[in-house]
Amino acid sequence: MVNVAEETIINTAEAIQPTVEVQHISKRFPGVVALDDVSLQFYPGEIHAVVGENGAGKSTLMKIMSGAYTPDAGTIYLGGEKVSFSHPREAQLKGVSIIYQEFNLLPERTVAHNIFLGREPSNLGALDTRRMNKQAIVVLKELGVEKMISPTAQVSSLSVAEQQLVEIAKAISFKAKVLIMDEPTAALTYTEVNLLNDLVGRLKQRGMSVIFISHRLKEVFDIADKITVMKDGKLIKTVNKKDVAPAEVVFWMVGRTLDHYFPPLGTPEDFGEVVLKVKDASNQILKGISFELRKGEVLGVAGLQGSGRTELAQALFGVVPFKSGTMELHGKAIAIKSPSRAIRHKIGFVTEDRKSEGIASRQPIRDNMLLTVRAVRFLFGLILKDGTPSSRRLVPMLGKQVDIRTDSFDREVQYLSGGNQQKVVLAKWLASDADVFIFDEPTRGIDVESKASIHDMIRDLTKKGIAVLMISSELPEIIGMSDRILVMADRQLAGELPAQSREQEIMLMATGHSKDDAAESPAAAGVN
Amino acid sequence: MTTATATSHNELSKALGYIGVWIKKIPPVYFFLILVFLAGGILDQVLADGQIFKNPLIMQNIVVRSVALGIVAVGQSLVIIGASIDLSVAYTISITAVMSSYIMQGDPAKVPTAIIAVFIIGAAIGIVNGVAITKLKVNPFIATLGTSLIIKGIINATFSNYTGSVPKSFEYFGYGTIGPIPVSIIILFLTVTVGWVLLARTKFGAHLYGVGGNAEVARLSGVRTDRVLIGAHIICSMTAVLAGLFLVSQMRSGAPWVGPNGVYDLNSIATTVIGGTALSGGKGGVWSTLGGVLIFGVLETLFNQLGVNPYLKTVFQGAIIVMAVASYTIRSKKEAA
Repeated sequence: MVNVAEETIINTAEAIQPTVEVQHISKRFPGVVALDDVSLQFYPGEIHAVVGENGAGKSTLMKIMSGAYTPDAGTIYLGGEKVSFSHPREAQLKGVSIIYQEFNLLPERTVAHNIFLGREPSNLGALDTRRMNKQAIVVLKELGVEKMISPTAQVSSLSVAEQQLVEIAKAISFKAKVLIMDEPTAALTYTEVNLLNDLVGRLKQRGMSVIFISHRLKEVFDIADKITVMKDGKLIKTVNKKDVAPAEVVFWMVGRTLDHYFPPLGTPEDFGEVVLKVKDASNQILKGISFELRKGEVLGVAGLQGSGRTELAQALFGVVPFKSGTMELHGKAIAIKSPSRAIRHKIGFVTEDRKSEGIASRQPIRDNMLLTVRAVRFLFGLILKDGTPSSRRLVPMLGKQVDIRTDSFDREVQYLSGGNQQKVVLAKWLASDADVFIFDEPTRGIDVESKASIHDMIRDLTKKGIAVLMISSELPEIIGMSDRILVMADRQLAGELPAQSREQEIMLMATGHSKDDAAESPAAAGVN
Repeated sequence: MTTATATSHNELSKALGYIGVWIKKIPPVYFFLILVFLAGGILDQVLADGQIFKNPLIMQNIVVRSVALGIVAVGQSLVIIGASIDLSVAYTISITAVMSSYIMQGDPAKVPTAIIAVFIIGAAIGIVNGVAITKLKVNPFIATLGTSLIIKGIINATFSNYTGSVPKSFEYFGYGTIGPIPVSIIILFLTVTVGWVLLARTKFGAHLYGVGGNAEVARLSGVRTDRVLIGAHIICSMTAVLAGLFLVSQMRSGAPWVGPNGVYDLNSIATTVIGGTALSGGKGGVWSTLGGVLIFGVLETLFNQLGVNPYLKTVFQGAIIVMAVASYTIRSKKEAA
């Protein structure tokens, strides 16, 4: 399949040497093969998009090309010459620059200071600020943004898009021949994306190789010349954009069978009345969110990175509350302005970032489990209401409920496996009697066995009449678990899909294509 | 006619614009300083019939009282900008005071030897701090607390009271004047200026802001982060030595308690922070720190002259620290929004 793909590429200038070429690159991390024998060429004057689902190996490949990782096997050729980078700085000096999704700028310093950090023009250690600012203007002029960005402006005063331009300027100032951008548009508005696309077009005309990683297929099709699809660490295909339709690319990206057991979905008898109703809710990030969550169901929330998935959970839990719109819980209007309010309304939130938000890793299991109960019930353990089991009985009970494997509840949580840690978080919310659970990436970074038991547990919760909102970037998980699926795009709800919708339908909706595209597309229809 | 008025109007607004730009360039701590000064004036009127502020030398007194703290605070600002901290400055001051006075023994010929010796000691302390933080990866708070205790132990084991004495000529440093201006004030302003040049006009300074702002970004940009931070610690210890020399020239003999009694460790951190340098690093400057030092100078002078309970002074100092930092945080949040 790969060979066929390679043959079908008709490069307009086959005689031209690729700017960068990787051959038979492999990279393993403990437990995963991140890249498996990947070979790929990038040509000058070409915009090359690399697409794939999370974990496809795109970022790993880019990190290898830019010197942040060293490959286990394979070689990199730069202008036909074999190279190996031991440090990103080396790659940068040889003309390979990378711009990460999170910015690597010093917000308190000026644009010029950022561009020339570590290479400031100077005489015997004395900074030549005037020359530095002049050189910065030269670089900004190359990008055609010298009127927008002053070299003496403080970076924190610039917009996200402008900061990105500074990053690009920094890359250009190294005389980059290859510019790699990791999800460059994730944080940008529509007009800013256009501006970036213009700029990328200009870099291409100057003969630079531009490589960009993106989830947003619409943008990929707007600006890329070539598209490489990766999946599970392997290169699936490299194609010329004009030869393919978005639906085909989506098929290559996700075309796989569900290889994981999920508990059976809920049946109509399980679903009860509407527990949580959100209408036209907005805050500084999210726009016009409306949906209903029923008792006993798992409502899946899918969407690309940056689509507002996590922000939705944070809004519902009061971390970044909604500012307008209405929220009803059990038919009563409520306003959740803080997490403690949410806990009192019996909403539980199992966060995406377990390490920083979910567990107190140096505290024993026991204290972690009782954290939320203690927060809402004053002096828990000393003063007990009737019928509340004492902490001595509660902890083993919870442990049994979530099937935690440990020799002692006094063990510090940091020594548990990822799966067991997640179970502790779950127990914490069970203890607080929550009847609405929000899960954000419940199984990220968790081994397969624990994954299955967490999925079972989520389903068990719904059998007890609990309503579950589950956010996940893993489409198989969304499809395997959800009784209904909400799809988010651009910080809004893009639509709702029924249980067991196909990955293609979800992806098309999430990448900004309408549902109709999916129905019409022959490739998408041909799956399964 | 109309065009003429229009131009002059334009020029006026232009001039106002320049003033506006200038005012924006003044660190906000100086507005605090003015407030504290005015409040001090009112307090003086109420409690002492304006006796204190009537003294034409009041400003000079305030600055002279700020010299030692000001010099150390310059060094402290540097390490804090580098996202580090130095808790060992107080005992570095003490060891400088006792060692220099011990070596001099009142003999003018031994002054150069003493000065060189204490600067070597200072450099050694700075290197130990810097290496412990960068190479041994000890948290800066703990590392410098450790060196501080080590120096304290050495001093207390060796000296228990005033030791040696400084020659008359050396007192010039503490009490001399050039024309109407005290030498000490000149030295303070020279130190601040050197600090400013280092930060704003050298590669070292640019790299130090980088290290403090985001060490990983700086490292990936090719900055030798460890060297930069060790350098900052050496300079910081050197400023403590300079402050120690100034204090011993005023006291005429070195005493082991001179550093901790002046609370130079915590006060230099406090004044740096009042000036607007963030403890998280990457931001700030020495002129703003001088503003913080002068605020402490005003309080010091005022309470000393009023003869009020000196502990009341620390109450005010504490309140000002909290208010200043809160106002900066609120300001920067507003800017972000």
